[in-house]
Amino acid sequence: MPKITYIEHNGKSHEIEVSKGLSVMEGAVQNNVPGIDADCGGSCACATCHVYLDENWYNKLPQKEAAEEDMLDMAFEPKKLSRLSCQITVTDDLDGLVVKMPSKQG
Amino acid sequence: MIKTDVLVIGAGPVGLFAVHQLGLIGLKAEVVDNLDKIGGQCIELYPDKPIYDIPALPECTGESLTNNLLEQIKPFKTNFHLNERVEQIIKENNNWKITTNKKKIFLAPNIIIAGGVGSFEPRKFSLEGAEKFENKSIFYSIKDKNNFKNKKISIFGGGDSALDWAIELSKLAEVTLVHRRNEFRGVESSGNKVKELEKEGKLKIKTPFQINSIEGKENITSITIKDESGKIEKISTDYVLGFFGLIMKLGPIVEWGLNLEKKTIPVNTENFQTNKEGIFAIGDICSYPGKLKLILSGFHEGALAARACFKLARPNEKYRFEFTTTSKSVQDRLGITKK
Repeated sequence: MPKITYIEHNGKSHEIEVSKGLSVMEGAVQNNVPGIDADCGGSCACATCHVYLDENWYNKLPQKEAAEEDMLDMAFEPKKLSRLSCQITVTDDLDGLVVKMPSKQG
Repeated sequence: MIKTDVLVIGAGPVGLFAVHQLGLIGLKAEVVDNLDKIGGQCIELYPDKPIYDIPALPECTGESLTNNLLEQIKPFKTNFHLNERVEQIIKENNNWKITTNKKKIFLAPNIIIAGGVGSFEPRKFSLEGAEKFENKSIFYSIKDKNNFKNKKISIFGGGDSALDWAIELSKLAEVTLVHRRNEFRGVESSGNKVKELEKEGKLKIKTPFQINSIEGKENITSITIKDESGKIEKISTDYVLGFFGLIMKLGPIVEWGLNLEKKTIPVNTENFQTNKEGIFAIGDICSYPGKLKLILSGFHEGALAARACFKLARPNEKYRFEFTTTSKSVQDRLGITKK
């Protein structure tokens, strides 16, 4: 299973094996990783599963759709390398992905 | 004071269907919701997005689902208390005394919490120190635009609210519109309009910028904004308006002595009662083994909670299970007259 590292804002790191086909958000929520709220349950409607990527991973992932970019406007402290983790589907290619959480989700 | 059988908190689809189920068995409900409109997440987050998993409705939208539910509960002439949030609940003999932020008081033996993920509140600036200027120099909604006449105003956001207010206020004030990226997500015509107004010198647009600092003692005198590269610009401003949409917060519910588990309220699946007698939780806000956060699950939960409310609202009557197809009394409640 692809391994994904979730790093909380305080630096605490969680390495989790996430089944292919789940979203990066679901990987966190199902494993009780704090820092991702996902209030809307993954329908790209709330911007509370916001994460930061590094440039390499950001470029490697499929590009975000307009709806995600629109939703990111509402995220807490969005940056250039921001994504909504509910919109990233876990595949083998994502093995080793590292995402960082903002200090809060809203 | 308003006396009723059940106070329903939340006017989303699950709260609305609970009203229907209560109405069928002859119970009166009042509904309180913090939003200014009926429909909850359906109307606030995805009014136009198609929904495909409502039983017997192959496809609907958040908006049409809400309208259908309103049609369905029409016979019960339910009062809605919108723009209002329940703040406090106190047990008084066999009733709950419920107080809202507008100091309205309800007295009811039952409360059904159909609060979704909490009440919608405006997303705020994350900047340290922003809070102390709130409702003085910083606003997240506008009550009277004339307060801004001939003032310098910085508007943050790229959605419809930000664009609409930038257009409107540019007629009477000096407006700078600041947004984190070059594209606006509001309707295209509004996006084009602000660009037009900028060309005509009627407002300024600063993109891609975000707020960086606020200066001022009692009131704001200026702000700085910063782009991704770190470039900083100073804007002299009297008022700062933030339109970043809404976020859901559990709010005062956490202070009511209910058991909570990861922002949800555990219930038993027999009647969806919480750890407090007469307080029920249904829809996204409740949790139990196997819980699915689907609208259809919330409908079922409301049906069972409604029957449990009957016991406390009509302690001296026996609840009778009846079908809408055959029961005369149910059909009377629905206002159906047989020919």
